Amino acid sequence: MIDGLTEAVNRRESLVRRGRYVTTRMLVEVGDLAYLVEIEQGRIASVRRGPFVMPSWTFALRAPADAWSAFFAPVPQPGFHDLFALLKKRLLRIEGDLHPFMANLRYFKEIFAALREETHR
Amino acid sequence: MSATFEPVIGRYIRTELLGRQHRIYVEEAGQGIPLLCLHTAGSDTRQYRNLLNDPQVLERYRVVAFDLPWHGKSSPPAGWHDEDYKLSSADYVAIILGIMEAMGLDNPVVMGCSIGGRVVLHLALHHPERFRAAIGLQSGAHVDPYYDLSWANRPDVHGGEACAAIVSGLIGPLSGDADRWETLWHYMQGGPGIFKGDLYFYTQDGDIRDEVAKIDTSRCPLYLLTGEYDYSCTPEDTLDLKRRIAGVEATIMPGLGHFPMSEDHVAFMAHLVPVLDKIAKTGTPKG
Repeated sequence: MIDGLTEAVNRRESLVRRGRYVTTRMLVEVGDLAYLVEIEQGRIASVRRGPFVMPSWTFALRAPADAWSAFFAPVPQPGFHDLFALLKKRLLRIEGDLHPFMANLRYFKEIFAALREETHR
Repeated sequence: MSATFEPVIGRYIRTELLGRQHRIYVEEAGQGIPLLCLHTAGSDTRQYRNLLNDPQVLERYRVVAFDLPWHGKSSPPAGWHDEDYKLSSADYVAIILGIMEAMGLDNPVVMGCSIGGRVVLHLALHHPERFRAAIGLQSGAHVDPYYDLSWANRPDVHGGEACAAIVSGLIGPLSGDADRWETLWHYMQGGPGIFKGDLYFYTQDGDIRDEVAKIDTSRCPLYLLTGEYDYSCTPEDTLDLKRRIAGVEATIMPGLGHFPMSEDHVAFMAHLVPVLDKIAKTGTPKG
């Protein structure tokens, strides 16, 4: 499902503009599946699917597959509707150098919301 | 071109609070039973803009809302530039009672949201004789921190953007864009460190778990209204209060989140009006 980030983000100009200061590599784990997401000035440059040998990344978002599925539901249930809701439920772990993530928190929340929207188009 | 004036009147009060001189911004509208409204952490009275404009409330209630010191249009006290703002339970209660005295509010109904929903529990417990009733929106006895609060106030992160993004998911998914983004704008405008300072009360000093069972609802009737999408103060937190406080009335509001009065006024009123009706009918003024 994370593969869809490229199209979901890059076709939304205002979202790319919001992330114009974001150039980073994040690791997203959906259960056992790992994805490396390369972001250049707000645009998704690539999404690579693991497994990886010695991956380097700035920060990582990790949650069980069923938690992500609930998050990506068309109208998510309470507690699954936002990255911080998953964090509160201790389902999402956010680790690493969090400065780019927290300084651009609206951007990162919105790229995942965009992916949810895109999934149900 | 058409223009309308709202019924809301804004004024400043100069008064001493916590032993220091303060300039506090107050808004009010309507007449009747005083209804004192308390905003959430890091925000201000604009959260009550729809309530302050609702004719069905204003015909029976005098709705009053004030910006806490350091918030909205209230100034921080002189000397603030060398201090870290940190809201304690004792200070929060003293500020509310001080404003009531300054405004001559006799036996009001108090309604607060989030930190305001917490402090009404403190008020109902320690000062029941001062209030006709208390309404807690998003009330819980305690919230454990679930993210690192230091991100809300550091020079290399824009505090307003960070605070708004931290709370954005607390708004229910059915809220309209205009009210959703107005609610977040208030957070974007908060002064540096203010949201974080309020959360000291919310996550540490205001913990009232050991005492809530002592609240006597025969002395101060207590009503709790909580939006189901709130993951900060959750419906479970509110239902836990319902189990522990005899005589409390609690309602979980479907579709709403952490800012019911600001995110979706119409949906909120469906739950608030019956409470206001009941207070108007049964609440016996004290004193």
